[in-house]
Amino acid sequence: MPKARGQLPKAPTGIQGLDEITGGGLPKGRPTLVCGSAGCGKTLLAMEFLVRGAIQFNEPGVFMAFEETAQDLTQNVASLGFDLKDLIARKKMVLDFVYIERSEIEETGEYDLEGLFIRLGHAIDSIGAKRVVLDTIESLFSGLPNPLILRAELRRLFRWLKAKGVSAIITGERGEGTLTRQGLEEYVSDCVIVLDHRANEQVSSRRLRVVKYRGSTHGTNEYPFLIDENGISVLPVTSLGLQQIASTGRIPSGIPRLDAMLGGAGYYRGSSILISGTAGTGKSSLAAHFAAAACRRGERALYFAFEESPSQIIRNMHSIGIDLQVWVKKGLLQFQANRPTFAGLEMHLTMMHKAINTFKPQVVIVDPLNSFVIGGNEIEVKAMLMRLVDFLKMNRITGLFTNLTSGGSALEQTDIAISSLIDTWLLLRDIEIGGERNRGLYILKSRGMAHSNQIREFLLTDNGVELRDVYVGPSGVLTGSARLAQEAQEQAAQMMHEQEVERRKLELERKRRVIEAQIAAMRAEFEAQEAETLNIIGQEHAREAHLSQERADMALSRKADAKPNQHKRGSK
Amino acid sequence: MKTKSTRSKSDVFLLRLYVAGQTPKSMMAFANLKKICEEHLAGRYEIEVVDLLKNPTLASGDQILAIPTLVRKLPEPVRKIIGDLSNTERVLIGLDLLPRE
Repeated sequence: MPKARGQLPKAPTGIQGLDEITGGGLPKGRPTLVCGSAGCGKTLLAMEFLVRGAIQFNEPGVFMAFEETAQDLTQNVASLGFDLKDLIARKKMVLDFVYIERSEIEETGEYDLEGLFIRLGHAIDSIGAKRVVLDTIESLFSGLPNPLILRAELRRLFRWLKAKGVSAIITGERGEGTLTRQGLEEYVSDCVIVLDHRANEQVSSRRLRVVKYRGSTHGTNEYPFLIDENGISVLPVTSLGLQQIASTGRIPSGIPRLDAMLGGAGYYRGSSILISGTAGTGKSSLAAHFAAAACRRGERALYFAFEESPSQIIRNMHSIGIDLQVWVKKGLLQFQANRPTFAGLEMHLTMMHKAINTFKPQVVIVDPLNSFVIGGNEIEVKAMLMRLVDFLKMNRITGLFTNLTSGGSALEQTDIAISSLIDTWLLLRDIEIGGERNRGLYILKSRGMAHSNQIREFLLTDNGVELRDVYVGPSGVLTGSARLAQEAQEQAAQMMHEQEVERRKLELERKRRVIEAQIAAMRAEFEAQEAETLNIIGQEHAREAHLSQERADMALSRKADAKPNQHKRGSK
Repeated sequence: MKTKSTRSKSDVFLLRLYVAGQTPKSMMAFANLKKICEEHLAGRYEIEVVDLLKNPTLASGDQILAIPTLVRKLPEPVRKIIGDLSNTERVLIGLDLLPRE
C-alpha cells in the first residue's frame, strides 16, 4: 500500500503482511489495542512486535505480562525462534511478570496504580524502550478490587504511555458484545486490532481485522493469518490492486498441438490457466506435461497436489511417458502434497505462499482446486483463489489449476465460479459415441490471443498426450474407433474417386484417338475423291481439244471456205 | 533494609508499607497503620516504609502495583493490603487479626 501524505508516524511491526494492512505499522508513540478470544494469538502478536522491534528496528521493548510468567513466555516463544534470554541479556528487552493474586489482597481504602507506573517507567528507562506490551491488562480487574479506581487509573496509564512516547500494545480478552471485557476500547482509541479464531466445518482459521486506526488509512477486511515456526504472517493479498504488468512472453504447454491451438505459441507467461473436466479426462496429465516442459527449459515448477501423493503422480505420469522423477531429483520440480482438510484455507494459502517464496518457481500447478470446497465455503475458496492468482501474477508466475467438474453439472461452470480470474480455460470432456468414451479438448477462452475454436481429440498414449483432429459429421463429433471407421471410409471413398478420375482420363484418350482416326479416314477419302476429280477434269480437257480438232478437220474436209491453211500447215 | 529482630512465630509482625512519594494517600495510610498497630499490636510490630520513587526496583520484588500497599511479610503467609488503610476492620481482616467473615 502506498504511503499517503501526512500520515501518522508508524512503528513497523515487522510482521509479514500486517505492515501492509496498516500502511507501515502501528501508530508510533501511541497505544494500540489488540483484542480477541482466548488462544487467538494476542500474546504472540504483541511479543513479535517487541522482538522484531528490538532486532529489526533497534527499538528496545518492555513486555509486562499479567498472565504468564517470564519463564513460561520465554519457553513459549522459543519455539518460534525468539531468544528472549539473549535479548534481555543484551538489554534489548525487559520481561516483567506482574503477579496478582486476588485472595492475597485486601482492599482497605483508596489506592492508585502508582506502583505499576513506577515499575513500568523504571523498566522503560532502564533500556530506553520504545515499545511496550501490556498483556493482558484486564487481569487487573480480576486481581484488584474497585473497578472504578482501576478505570480511572487505566485512563491515566494510557495517557502516561502516550506522554512517554512509547508505541504500546495492550491486549484484551474479547467480551460479550464488546471488543474487550472491560471496555478497554474506550481508553485505547488510536488503533484497535481484533483477532479471531474460528472453526468452520471442522477447519479452523485465524483472522485479523483492523477495526480502527485513527489518522491513517488501513485495510478494513478480515485478513487470515497464520502462526507457524516463523511467527505470525498475515495475508493481505486482497488489498492488492489489478496492477500486474502483463507479460507478452509465451510459455509452451508441453504439447505442440496444443501450442498450435493457442495462437501457435502456448500460454502467456504469468497468466492463469484453468483445466476443467469430468473425472478421468486427463487434467493431471496436461498439468504434468506443463510441469515437465517447464523443467526441460530449466525452469522450476511447484506442484501442489491435493488428491494424490507425489509418488502416485510420478508413477501415473510415468505410465504415459512423462518422467517427473528426473526433475524432482534435479531439484527443478517440487511437490507439495496435502489433504485439503489438513488445514484451513488460509493455512493452505499461507503454506503455498511460503513454498512459492522459498522455491521461487516459474510455474505453479494446483491440482485440483475444487477439493477445497467442503460444505458451503465457495465464497471463501473463491476469495482464496483470487488471492492466489493475484499473488502469482504479481510474481509473474504462470499458474495452472485443474478443476474437477462433477458429472451432471454444467461443464462450463466451475464449482467456485472462478472463471473470471482465469486467462486461458481449457475444457476436457468426454465424448460418448458408439459405445465408447473418448476425450475431447477445446479452448473455452484464451485472453489476448487468437486461438483455435475446434475440438481436438485428446489421446493419452505411451508418449504422453496427443491431440488429433476430430471428424465433425452429420451425426456430430466422431472420436475413437468411430473416427477410425470414418477415416477408413473416407480413404475408400478417396480411392474410388481417384479410380474414377483415372477411368475418365482413359476414356477421354480413347475418344480422342477414335476421332483422330475418323479424321484421318475422311481425309484419305477426300484425297481419293480429289485425285479422281482432277483426273476427270483432265480427260474432259483432252476430249474437248480432240473435239475441236475434229471439227476443224471436218470443216476442212467439207471445204467450207478457203481459209488460210496456215493452221493446218502449221499444225502439220 | 531488612531489620528483622525475632522469629517468634506467634506474634511479631513485620510490615512493609510501599508508598510513592509523600502523597496525601501515603501519609494517611502511614498514620492509619501506626494507629492500628498501636492499638492491636503494641510492642510486637515493625514497620518499614519503602518509597518506590526512591527505589523503583523494589516494586517487582513484592509485586507491587497499587499504592499504597501494605505487605505483611511476617507472620507468613504474605498478605497484601491495598489502599489508604482507612477501613480499619478490613485492615484487621487483612492482617488476620480478625476472622474472615
